[in-house]
Amino acid sequence: MKLIQRNIVPILFIILCTIGFQYSGLSWMFFANDLMARLARNSFLVISLIIPVLAGMGLNFGIVLGAMAGQFAAFITVVHNLTGVGGFFAACVMAIPFAVLFGWLTGILFNKAKGKEMITGLILGFFANGVYQLICLIFIGWLIPISNKALLLPSGVGFVNTLDLKIWQYAIDKFYVFRARGIDIPVLKYLNNINIPVLTLVIVAILCTAVVLLFKTKLGQDFRAVGQNRHIAEIAGIKVDKVRIIAVIFSTVLAAWGQLIFLQNIGNVQVYGSHVQVGTFAVAALLIGGATVSKATIGQALLGTVLFHALFIVSPLAGKNLMGSAQVGEYFRVFIAYGVIGIALALHAWQRLAKKT
Amino acid sequence: MENGLLGRMGIPRLIISLFLAFLVAMAFSYGLPMGQIFSAMLTRFGMNALLVMAMIPTIQAGAGPNFGLPFGIICGLIGATLAIELDLRNFTALFFAIGVSIPLGAFAGWLYGLLLNRVKGQEMTVGTYMGFSIVSLMCIFWLMAPYSSPEMVWPYGGDGLRVTVVLDGRMEQLLDRLWSFTIGSVRIPTGLLLVTIFCCILLWLFLRTRTGLAMSIVGSNPRFAEASGLNVNKYRMIASIISCAMGAAGIVIYSQSYGFIQLYQAPLYMALYSVSAILIGGASLQRATITQALIGTFLFNALLVIALPVANVAMDSDISEIMRVIISNGIILYALTRREVGGDAR
Repeated sequence: MKLIQRNIVPILFIILCTIGFQYSGLSWMFFANDLMARLARNSFLVISLIIPVLAGMGLNFGIVLGAMAGQFAAFITVVHNLTGVGGFFAACVMAIPFAVLFGWLTGILFNKAKGKEMITGLILGFFANGVYQLICLIFIGWLIPISNKALLLPSGVGFVNTLDLKIWQYAIDKFYVFRARGIDIPVLKYLNNINIPVLTLVIVAILCTAVVLLFKTKLGQDFRAVGQNRHIAEIAGIKVDKVRIIAVIFSTVLAAWGQLIFLQNIGNVQVYGSHVQVGTFAVAALLIGGATVSKATIGQALLGTVLFHALFIVSPLAGKNLMGSAQVGEYFRVFIAYGVIGIALALHAWQRLAKKT
Repeated sequence: MENGLLGRMGIPRLIISLFLAFLVAMAFSYGLPMGQIFSAMLTRFGMNALLVMAMIPTIQAGAGPNFGLPFGIICGLIGATLAIELDLRNFTALFFAIGVSIPLGAFAGWLYGLLLNRVKGQEMTVGTYMGFSIVSLMCIFWLMAPYSSPEMVWPYGGDGLRVTVVLDGRMEQLLDRLWSFTIGSVRIPTGLLLVTIFCCILLWLFLRTRTGLAMSIVGSNPRFAEASGLNVNKYRMIASIISCAMGAAGIVIYSQSYGFIQLYQAPLYMALYSVSAILIGGASLQRATITQALIGTFLFNALLVIALPVANVAMDSDISEIMRVIISNGIILYALTRREVGGDAR
């Protein structure tokens, strides 16, 4: 009984997804393949949220900046035509300095707004999006010369809306694709004919292990100590502000890589749109997995990604079959994303208030 | 707070005023039609003033700027669309829309207040996301609701209401045109400004009643308020109700002046723009006055109005939307990182 109570959110969403799947009329093959692709391309972004949660900074809506860092690196590879697996990893390396810088700035800002990190992160995301547009739309081609004129708008200033990333699309997804055939075991036979992007999953697995190991080190313990109680940690000699900044930097760098993995699967960058919803969707996925503002595990991140994206796949068709309009399903999933975050935050604040009095 | 002019004005307000003055000078030197620009400034000021003033009650009651303003805005949109559905015109339509909006908005504010009182200290984050979710939930409503007025539903068998509903001949610019006159080449939207002044006076009077004063005490020192027998939750609730009702009426006035009702995702960021306007006026997350709301509304909107033509001439690209995003969110970030004077007594 307690198990159900503790996992009520994921259970609700499993039920919702099952109903949605029934009414969507999708074939299992299509659904499972789409879900696998989405799991591979989105889980990294969701996992990038875990460290700040455990460091007591709540859900880091500022990962939007990480996504921007990834995109800047992607632009560089496009301009210099770095292709294939090498191009992808070059982008990952070039994203690091951007992400560290953005993460450092975000961390400083969060330290000035302690206790209000989430709203600060959210507004920071909007603000950074403005600066990002300023750079990509006004500075590129004017202050920052770009040799390849095909990437610019006809006026010669600003990037075009969509940049093609064919040069390293599927760099790691199609590096080695495993496809099970002829499994006869009753439950496992559903895994037949699903394309599994092995390298991407291996990278995600390595990341998960790294995060687990990180929390076994001194630094990881510091994260936890700061997360549990800032004042006690300060007295225990931990440099709280510094640890918090490091936590945000980690999160931002991981988010940058996450965005690059996402882009290599999609195969193009919506220059002015790919990053905007990253924070909201990642946070919603993490919360659907059963995480809270102060507690999150890797299992929750992965489960949440699966459930959130399962809902994403089925809701337009389910909406069409149930309500006669695919738009309903579209709006419904946006509502779910925002609503889950709103309710989770409200419940968290409510519980904390109840504990205080 | 330091004394002196700089301390009283606040650095952001100073920067923005100087920037505005600079843009006005640029506009003059480019020989842009200043009459039109000043008219647009006045109109946009009147359009937004009530929405910005809606922030005052919740800030004064200690619940922070009302990021849940979409709760009220949605109600105003329902009022305005109902007026068209019933085929009303002119002032009947306007008064009907406002008359429907205010009680609906008050009800939504009551619901929102119930929530606010359970999430003290996190009102801004929770409010923002609850606002976002109600806007997306209402998207489904606009799609499914049984409206039938041909002016509002998609013409060729599409689903639901249009994204923007044209108010031409219904209540477009009704208040703006009322008793309007021109000085030089500047058109003064008299009716709109009079309504704004009327709302200011109402709010000013309210803030000086027993209830209004109690509300401010609850905001500035909840513990003291509690000790002197004031029910903190009750006054926060009243603030939320008034704020959402003002938001509801505010969006009707906004729409009539704009000439369109914007549905679906349009109200998503409106709360943020109102929050930033009042902060630009010099308010903090704990204290706000009517003067600050008016100054902020004027500065923010004047800047947006003048930036577009100046940027078009100076660098032939549209930088005003980018500027709006940077300035409005920048000012909120600034307010969030400011050390709270007196600290949070909760």
